[in-house]
Amino acid sequence: MTSLPLILALAAYFAATGVWLTYLIWSRESLYAGGRGLMLTGGVLHTLYLALETLSRGQFPIASAGGSLVVVSWALVTVFLFFMWRHPVKVLGALVAPLAAVLLCGALILPRQGQLSPHLQSLWLGFHIIAALLGNATFTLAFLGGLLYLLQERQIKSKKFGFFYRRLPSLDTLDALNSYCLTLGFPLFTLGMVTGSLYAQHTLGTFWRWDPKETMTLIAWLLYAALLHERLVKGWRGRRAALMAIGGFVVLVVAFVGANLGLSSYHSFESLRRLP
Amino acid sequence: MILVLLGVNHKTAPVEIREKLACLAPDPDAAYRRLVALTEVTEVMYYSTCNRLEVLAATDVPDDAAAAITEFLSSHPELPPVALRPALYQYREADALTHLFRVASGLDSLVLGEPQILGQIKEAYRLATDFHATGALLNRLLHKTFSVAKRVRTETGIGGAAVSVSYAAVELAKKIFGSLAGKTALLIGAGDMAELAVDHLRRQGVERTVIANRTLDRALALARRFRGEAVSLAELEAQLLHVDILISSTGAPDLVLTRDQVKAAMRRRKQRPLFLIDIAVPRDLDPAIDTLDNVYLYNIDDLQGVIDANLQFRQAEAVKAERLIAAETLKFLQWRESLAATPTIVALRDKARRICEAELKKTVGQLGELTPEQLQSLEVLTASITHKLLHDPILYLKRNHHVRDRHRDVDLTRRLFNLDADDAAPEADAD
Repeated sequence: MTSLPLILALAAYFAATGVWLTYLIWSRESLYAGGRGLMLTGGVLHTLYLALETLSRGQFPIASAGGSLVVVSWALVTVFLFFMWRHPVKVLGALVAPLAAVLLCGALILPRQGQLSPHLQSLWLGFHIIAALLGNATFTLAFLGGLLYLLQERQIKSKKFGFFYRRLPSLDTLDALNSYCLTLGFPLFTLGMVTGSLYAQHTLGTFWRWDPKETMTLIAWLLYAALLHERLVKGWRGRRAALMAIGGFVVLVVAFVGANLGLSSYHSFESLRRLP
Repeated sequence: MILVLLGVNHKTAPVEIREKLACLAPDPDAAYRRLVALTEVTEVMYYSTCNRLEVLAATDVPDDAAAAITEFLSSHPELPPVALRPALYQYREADALTHLFRVASGLDSLVLGEPQILGQIKEAYRLATDFHATGALLNRLLHKTFSVAKRVRTETGIGGAAVSVSYAAVELAKKIFGSLAGKTALLIGAGDMAELAVDHLRRQGVERTVIANRTLDRALALARRFRGEAVSLAELEAQLLHVDILISSTGAPDLVLTRDQVKAAMRRRKQRPLFLIDIAVPRDLDPAIDTLDNVYLYNIDDLQGVIDANLQFRQAEAVKAERLIAAETLKFLQWRESLAATPTIVALRDKARRICEAELKKTVGQLGELTPEQLQSLEVLTASITHKLLHDPILYLKRNHHVRDRHRDVDLTRRLFNLDADDAAPEADAD
């Protein structure tokens, strides 16, 4: 399987990173538009690679670290492109594009071989993974938005305006991003958990195993559920919401990296190949 | 033709002189009648604002023209020439161009980068054209000036950051709320600065204005002015639930709002952000309010700090603007060089010759074998056609016109025959 589309997508993400970082400095609309075109191109190529890879293998390429990074970065770019369309926060691209590029670099360096255990080759699993990763990607945007919020809030509260004050959007825009990410990400994330649990019952005979990844995910889910609830009921917003989004993301990263690589989890790449 | 610019501004002349000079200007009819009548100047215009009066002229005799304009400027009966002379500055050629570009871009203004001056110069130029005081050179120069000023505005941040308290408040409000549409502003007390801020906020989209005042009469009067609602100070806590931006400017010696009051209100308003501006001295709003989440409190010193920082930002941006202006000055001088008649005639003949050669080459290729005599008569034929065609235009250009007309003609010829192919047509004023 050729990885040419993937390499081209990586080039597009790197180019978008450069253009958007320049946009951060110079604030020219044409630069933003250029970055948007590059990111869109990268997203299309990335999707193309993923589709070809899945068709030729007959399964989602998630049984290896490299393969799963392809899917993770794809989910990030997809969600970002959706937000770029529905709720654009222009400077966000300067963070997302390099992140996507770095993830894809990892995907190209790490091994992408590895077949799933026959027990796991099912459409349901694909569903579980896509929903969970799109949810994670949405929460990643909430995390980045949270960082930007804290940065901007700090400038306004301290009454000392630096480089970012002029370049970052209003607090309201950043807080709205947090809200949108939550209302979109939470259902996706929940769907990922429910489908995964149903599939586990189907193949392994148990809904929930208190596997380290499952435990961490549950903690993150509870955090996000609390944030969503407080937002809706008590009107939590701003700094607290940003901090919660950052905290939730840290838990997610631990769940993803820790469980897939180190901890003795059946979500690890090793067991994905060997299961039952 | 030499460009000459004479004038006084806020840096060189005290207000007593500037206000007297302004009296020369209010009747443009009389002023232009006198200026156009000056035989020393070919093209002329002036612009006057509360901070400056400047006369810009194109002339062939710069020294005489400067003297004549100085005489015009010192013609105010109450203003002895002795008093004016030290305040008067004079620029020529490149310096005059640079000065004009700087003035139009707000670089020479009292408040660095202020935008009104450009509009004032546009208006003054319109007036000058009404009196047919300008010609090809000044027309082109002024259009260039407008485009330079616009470039300075869009390509540098010179006009970007607020430098007055009321604008700084609006700018901050936008960084907090994004859009101000549909927001509510509450004004406690009264005062010029506070009212100006409310005014700006309303123009930026704030929908509702509520006025609270110790005396209901005053509140009602202000409410009428802003088409808002008047409330009494006792209702303040209840009002906190509905407002987004609060401007306090009372003469009260004590605090008008405490941290606990605002904290309670924030819970009830479900943490919707609140922007509090305290312009009063002594302060009206408890400084501890600022420690609350989603509440942003700025007092007069904070706003002044913002303005100082913005001014520094503008000064840094002004350096970029100066660079841009220097480049544009050079470009304009190059364009003017090309306006003399002789180079235009040479360029015209040159173009005709090139067309002849190219066409001849094409035709000869198609005619096949030709004798040298035939070839020569073809050359003579094309040359004489173009010569005869260009004869009258060239004669017309050479004729000893009045200087102003000659510039116009040369400019027209160059454009008509597209002699400056790489130079775009003069920019139309896009406003």
